[in-house]
Amino acid sequence: MQVENKEWKPKIVAFCCNWCSYAGADLAGSSRLSYPAEVKIIRIPCSCRLNPTFILKAFQRGADGVILCGCHPGDCHYTSGNYFARRRMTTLFSMLNYLGIEKGRTRVEWVSAAEGARFSQVMNDFVKSITELGENRKLEDLRCKE
Amino acid sequence: MKKIGVFVCWCGTNIAATVDVKAVVDAIKREPNVVFCEDYQYMCSEIGQNKIINAIKDCKLDGVVMCTCSPRMHEATFRKAAEKAGLNPYLVEVANIREQCSWIHKDIKEATEKAIVLARTAIAKVLLNAPLYAGETPVIKRALVIGGGIAGIQSALDIADAGFEVDIVEKKPSIGGKMSQLDKTFPTLDCSACILTPKMVDVSASDKINIFAYSEVEEVKGFVGNFHAKIRKKARYVDTTKCTGCKACMEKCPSRKTPNEFNQGLNNRTAIYIPFAQAVPNVATIDPEACLKLKTDKCGLCSKICSAGAIDYEQKDEIVEREYGAIVVATGYNVINLDHFNELGYSDCKDVITSLEFERLTNAAGPTAGHLVCPSDGREPKTIVFVQCVGSRGLRPCDKPYCSKICCMYTAKHAMLLREKHPETDVYVFYIDVRTPGKNYDEFYRRAVEQYGVHYIKGQVGKVVEKDGHLEVQASDLLTNEQLHINADLVVLAAAIQPDDTARKIGTMLTASMDTNDFFTEAHAKLRPVESPTAGIFLSGVCQGPKDIPETVAQAGAAAVKVIGLLSKDKLKGNPCVAIPNENMCNGCSLCATVCPYGAITYVDKEFRVMGKTVVRRVSQVNEAICQGCGACTVACMSGAMDLKGFDNKSIMAEVEAICK
Amino acid sequence: MDMELRRRVEEISGVSVLKCMRCGKCSATCPNYDEMEYRPHEFVYLVEKGEVEKLAESKSIFTCLSCMACVERCPRQVEPAKIIEAVKLIKIRKQGENHLKPEQVAENLDPELPAQAITSAFRKYSK
Repeated sequence: MQVENKEWKPKIVAFCCNWCSYAGADLAGSSRLSYPAEVKIIRIPCSCRLNPTFILKAFQRGADGVILCGCHPGDCHYTSGNYFARRRMTTLFSMLNYLGIEKGRTRVEWVSAAEGARFSQVMNDFVKSITELGENRKLEDLRCKE
Repeated sequence: MKKIGVFVCWCGTNIAATVDVKAVVDAIKREPNVVFCEDYQYMCSEIGQNKIINAIKDCKLDGVVMCTCSPRMHEATFRKAAEKAGLNPYLVEVANIREQCSWIHKDIKEATEKAIVLARTAIAKVLLNAPLYAGETPVIKRALVIGGGIAGIQSALDIADAGFEVDIVEKKPSIGGKMSQLDKTFPTLDCSACILTPKMVDVSASDKINIFAYSEVEEVKGFVGNFHAKIRKKARYVDTTKCTGCKACMEKCPSRKTPNEFNQGLNNRTAIYIPFAQAVPNVATIDPEACLKLKTDKCGLCSKICSAGAIDYEQKDEIVEREYGAIVVATGYNVINLDHFNELGYSDCKDVITSLEFERLTNAAGPTAGHLVCPSDGREPKTIVFVQCVGSRGLRPCDKPYCSKICCMYTAKHAMLLREKHPETDVYVFYIDVRTPGKNYDEFYRRAVEQYGVHYIKGQVGKVVEKDGHLEVQASDLLTNEQLHINADLVVLAAAIQPDDTARKIGTMLTASMDTNDFFTEAHAKLRPVESPTAGIFLSGVCQGPKDIPETVAQAGAAAVKVIGLLSKDKLKGNPCVAIPNENMCNGCSLCATVCPYGAITYVDKEFRVMGKTVVRRVSQVNEAICQGCGACTVACMSGAMDLKGFDNKSIMAEVEAICK
Repeated sequence: MDMELRRRVEEISGVSVLKCMRCGKCSATCPNYDEMEYRPHEFVYLVEKGEVEKLAESKSIFTCLSCMACVERCPRQVEPAKIIEAVKLIKIRKQGENHLKPEQVAENLDPELPAQAITSAFRKYSK
């Protein structure tokens, strides 16, 4: 209804692993450390659960930025999951680069359950850089837009 | 059409102050599939829970979305409530509108909009959720302890104490491990044998504990609660049921030239031997490498002398198959090989010894009956030099990068005991750092310096050479900045310790992960220090990292408690959020099995009917009892055959779509 | 503290002085210890503190025999002889700072000198 003349706000999907980063996000909440409402979190068991197609899907559906948060290297609840995630994301990033999606639109960050302040800082930072990059039009599936 | 109920919580003012709860309810009511939507002050209260239960029953809901606090808080509460109402608990999804919405936003409009999106996302997911049921597996109420040192002994005793059967597998002829070789123990200086042997006797007296000494674990299959192990009982050539441990055979045995492992090769033993007086089991073993009868078929003296008729030259290795519910790894350590430390002269000079050899030389039951002498010519040493950190904390290929932890304390102990017994000796300790954290540990080290007059020198030994029957020790003193030349009679090297060489093999067998130093890794470095990431495998003692006796005993007890906790259950209820392969899509590439940190994935050949023909294909299988649900395999799978229950591809995609709408 | 010089020493020698755990094994093993004003362990420590100038002024950079005993025995792969060599190179790369010219080496040669010493001398005084 009020879509017209509304200030553009980025759409950001954050994938957080259940054991560290999701808890870190909760801690940011209980410490009342704000970050922009554009960030919407999806809970996954481990950063290695993130299939790169989820990120492609997000871009297809008009996301402007996607961030993956996991446990710090060496601290993975499943011992090695975040190492897999790190490798997969590195590969995906080079593919996204090839597709012409700006490097800043995807990011991997390690946030532990104790780092509420860091979570909010990371999100503020990410939203800021996405806002600077502007709307993402690459990969967008126009059929999804009414 | 699926019927979804949505409940929006006020959480007092925690949510309601920044999220317009009524507006959320109005918006969500209009969503397709939503047949019931209500708000309430405290959803987690009993009244709130009853609201959920009634709604599920009245509206015959197929799914429930809770717009409340974090799922880490009350997901379990709401799932239980749903279960009470007859709804599968995994059909409840939580939209986190407190920690991740109301608490971080100040603008009501913004927060309300976000809460609506989060609710929609949860609805999208719950629409695709399938009911999940946790699998159950029975638990075999017996534990296997690999390694019969103090760690294994303590774990076994504690498990047996709780009433469960335990098998100890020890590769040496007797249990006791390294502790049985020690003389005194720091920081109280009790005699090691006096505190260890009663425990060994308890082990052999317990009707719950079965000792497989001189045996090795050959193969382990299965998973938590249901391990199947093959144990090789090596041939002792002695009938353990008949041998009385009288040692008459040892007196008569003509083969007397084998280095005595128990005394670190400082003296020789016979071919038929009992490693030490308090051995458990106290039975003889024939060393096939040394026995004349077994090698040349000439001799047979022991069989003639044995009044019990226990000698059996025809004995063969025996494989025992046993089943276990839990496994404790207590494989312990060894000192490193010092052949690469030429500068310290270990391989060239007889009077350069390791601390463990020193331990045997001062032990009353040792080769010199506790009389400290130089191994080269039997003279009493007057000047003794101790060198710390030999092979520890180094980066060369022959070094270990870690601190061996126990050396500072045992060197202080050795130096102290030396000065006490032989006040006329000069004792030097070359150290890099003295690391003595622990109760009464630093006081102990200070006593060595202040009370016993041990010379502690900050510096290292660079060279040890033999000259005119003495050892010339060239070392640096970093505090006075000089190079010292000491004429020593005995040099004792505090050699680094490393995991036993069998550890890697056992780790592979158990699919228990290990670090680059062959220490077993724990499930969590801080919060689960005695469990391996592989379910049902527990860690005890130095196999997990360097530690001294008190720490080992503490860890052994902790591992035993974990085992008892597991064995006391009749059935194991698994986590239903596990990986599930689609056999029709699986191409048998094994990628999923390679990335699985738990070894939960195996491959089977299965028959399929394809166009009227029977085809055998290799497809992956997930063992639900082992899978922890990380999802690494789901992404590794190239054919998209692997999915994760509870977090399946479709529902995560739906969440993404709902957010980006 | 001159961290630029420290960086240069590390760059020339290819070793990191921060790996040192101060055990003193280099000085314990040094056969020319008494002749050196700064001992191998002091070289490592002073480079770490960035006091490279002090070392470059000292005769120690030429008294080091380059026997590599400290390199061989350093448990932390700090390799003090390489650091001494690097300090020396910093010094002699400045015009006229080399205390011996290559042509003088031949004059000072003792016929009894082992071949290794000559090679070592060339390593030191050439460049």
